Amino acid sequence: MLAHVTTFALDGLSSRRITVEVDLRRGLPAFTIVGRGDAAVRESRERVQTALINAGFDFPQRRITVNLAPAHLRKVGPGFDLATACGVLVASQQLPPSGLEQWAVFGELGLGGELRHCRGVLTVAEGARSAGIAGLIVPRECAREAALVDGLAVAGVADLPAVAAILRGDRPPELPPAVRPEETASEPDLADVRGHSDAVRALTIAAAGAHNILLSGPPGTGKTMLARRVISVLPPLTREEAIAVTRIHSIAGRHVGDGLVEQRPFRAPHHTISPPGLVGGGTLPTPGEATLAHHGILFLDELSEFSRAALESLRQPLEDGVVAIVRSQRTVTFPTRFQLVASTNPCPCGHAGERRCRCSEADIARHRRKLSGPLLDRIDLLVHMPRPCPSALENGATTSSRDVLAEVLEARERQARRLAGTGLRTNSELTPQLVRELVRADAAAHRLLRDAYAQGRLSARGHGRILRVARTVADLAASERVCAAHVKVALGLRKDAVLDGAVAA
Amino acid sequence: MTACDACLRRTALVAQLAPHVERGGRDRRKLGEMLALPDERLIKALAGARRAAVVDAHEGFDPGRARARLAAASMHAVCRHDERYPPRLLEARDAPAVLHVAGDVERLAVLADRDVPAVAVVGARRAGGDGIEVARSLGRGLAAAGVSVISGMALGIDAAAHAGALEVGGPTITVLAGGADIAYPASKRGLHRELVRTQAAISEMPPGFRPYRWCFPARNRTIAGLASLTIVVEAAERSGSLITADLAQELGRAVGAVPGPVTASRCTGSNALLRDGALVIRDAQDALDEVLGIGVATALTGRRPAALAPSLRALLRHVEDGRDTVSSLAATPDEAQLALEGLAELELLGFLRRGPGGHYVRLP
Repeated sequence: MLAHVTTFALDGLSSRRITVEVDLRRGLPAFTIVGRGDAAVRESRERVQTALINAGFDFPQRRITVNLAPAHLRKVGPGFDLATACGVLVASQQLPPSGLEQWAVFGELGLGGELRHCRGVLTVAEGARSAGIAGLIVPRECAREAALVDGLAVAGVADLPAVAAILRGDRPPELPPAVRPEETASEPDLADVRGHSDAVRALTIAAAGAHNILLSGPPGTGKTMLARRVISVLPPLTREEAIAVTRIHSIAGRHVGDGLVEQRPFRAPHHTISPPGLVGGGTLPTPGEATLAHHGILFLDELSEFSRAALESLRQPLEDGVVAIVRSQRTVTFPTRFQLVASTNPCPCGHAGERRCRCSEADIARHRRKLSGPLLDRIDLLVHMPRPCPSALENGATTSSRDVLAEVLEARERQARRLAGTGLRTNSELTPQLVRELVRADAAAHRLLRDAYAQGRLSARGHGRILRVARTVADLAASERVCAAHVKVALGLRKDAVLDGAVAA
Repeated sequence: MTACDACLRRTALVAQLAPHVERGGRDRRKLGEMLALPDERLIKALAGARRAAVVDAHEGFDPGRARARLAAASMHAVCRHDERYPPRLLEARDAPAVLHVAGDVERLAVLADRDVPAVAVVGARRAGGDGIEVARSLGRGLAAAGVSVISGMALGIDAAAHAGALEVGGPTITVLAGGADIAYPASKRGLHRELVRTQAAISEMPPGFRPYRWCFPARNRTIAGLASLTIVVEAAERSGSLITADLAQELGRAVGAVPGPVTASRCTGSNALLRDGALVIRDAQDALDEVLGIGVATALTGRRPAALAPSLRALLRHVEDGRDTVSSLAATPDEAQLALEGLAELELLGFLRRGPGGHYVRLP
């Protein structure tokens, strides 16, 4: 007897429909799985057999052949366990075939017959809906994630007998109640920051315009601490963004809890990371840190320590918002719309500008050269974070994330109104041409820019960048026009001409 | 007119023996004595086993080829018998036989009049932000008053002094340890190009020569010899600039130093000079008063803060008092935004410069 079960295989950030065919015939008892499975698929035989027996079903002593169709596609992971088990049950007439006509199944089996959490359930559910399947049976822990997809019946089940009950129609499918993740004691808040008033202001501007920012300062001044607090002043994820983030994190196996990811991701890869680790890779491409930071923050601590190759690999993701990973047979694209926050020492010893700095001009120049490159080109803001003076450490909080967030939200709204119809949402995305068209500056502001340019404090490229940042400063000040004061602030947070790829005057 | 055969031959000999000079010891005095030796004794002292070969090369020296090489590098040679050779430099017993000039030979020729002053500005390679700015302003102020600024194009102070002089179009002369046509250090090739284009780079070594260690103190003796006043801007305890100051003193020239913080190790050498009686140089005016006579020339000065708005003047004073970062000037993010505005304005007006590490430096 032949049984057909529908399940899904993960492929990049999408899923492909797979039909699991199970055939039982007389002959020497055997259990074969064909269809380009990996080690986890081959081992699935043992899990399926033991799980069926331990869950109280018969394991037929027949010649069992399982085929995962289409045959040409590589299939990875333990998600085919449940489909294989259901196929065996139907083929051995322990279950009626009717149930599998409306349900697709996806899940890993434990030896006791229980269903285990699986990666990529959201993607599978999306695949099931677009394939027009009525319902999807998934492990209980992942049910709420699958239920994020509208128009699909989702059954979250704990073990094989429960799956059988649903397929027989004995039990209505049910969703487990949402488990609210325990509120963590305290989210990092800008109120924790002492001193660094200018860095906080710079972060506010960066958050408001989604500008990439470089924090420069000696070790231990709180660059990392500050970077972690950017999340708290970014607008909440929209539902669309949240689903995208959940999809990625689920596939990467980093999704904890159930349901939607509500916080913007913050990724801080170590500087020893390889290019594939950063942008994704592998024979079966998996997302890298740049993709995990999609709609969130990618924090590169000690930027100069990252390998040239790793930084170079971020060029395309930063420019296009996607990374394409090309393999001999196909190309997988991962979204990478992150905001970059990077930190660096101002010089090899970290104390540049202070009396104890022992670095020569040449040392500093070398250090800067290591930094310059395609990445710096995409950074709009530079803020220096020298060691705060002792009095600042004793003072109270100067602001809170809540207040800053309110400012940021307002500024974002102004940008959205101005950019309506361009497909862009923030000032950081403005191209030089759009800067000319959309950024209105008064005469005094233009004069300032001309002066700064004439004095060699700005490169030609820096010129447009200053206007972009000044536009965000003006948005924060609820001003329709960019005034001289806004340009001055942007100038105060500009990158040095050296870092800007221009010859310093 | 070009250098005479004997002087060119002498130069070729020194260049040929260059790898062996350090054998004579690192002592600066010995170096001076050695460079003052006549040709035969120099060969005897240094050539060692290669003596025969060196003598052969020396006797078979072809001045035509040396001249051709100079012409190929579009350089001039001024030998000690040339009337353009600076007489001040001749006072040194070990003065170079030939000065090779890349660029405008007139920049050197003006020094042929012993009454035309020249000021050497030297100092640390690892200089602080203020030191760099002081050197730049000295270079600017001296050059604007028409006084030649002599230095060695090293990183830090030296390069800043040249750059300052270039801002007002010179005059300035850089004295290099290697060939005058080669930018050393290489990172200063932009500065070198500019100096050769509008000013002059000189060296006692032939074109294309790569310097040995001893060439740097040897170069310092040329700097000290050319200048009527040598100013050390920043020097640590055992700095090459102190050698220049010493040499200047031995030649009976005036030596000055710019005072630095007593706690800064990069200024211990220059402060020690002051304690030993060097002239206190605070700005270009002090230097001009020394070389030209008090009140003869007025140094170019920066803008006066009096014209500034009160808030900017207060901000400037804070920076002068050491609150030189935005975070030390502003407690809250809103204040920081105002401070950023003010500092950017002061920077554009030429009062401040944003230095390394986000510390603002007051421009002299």
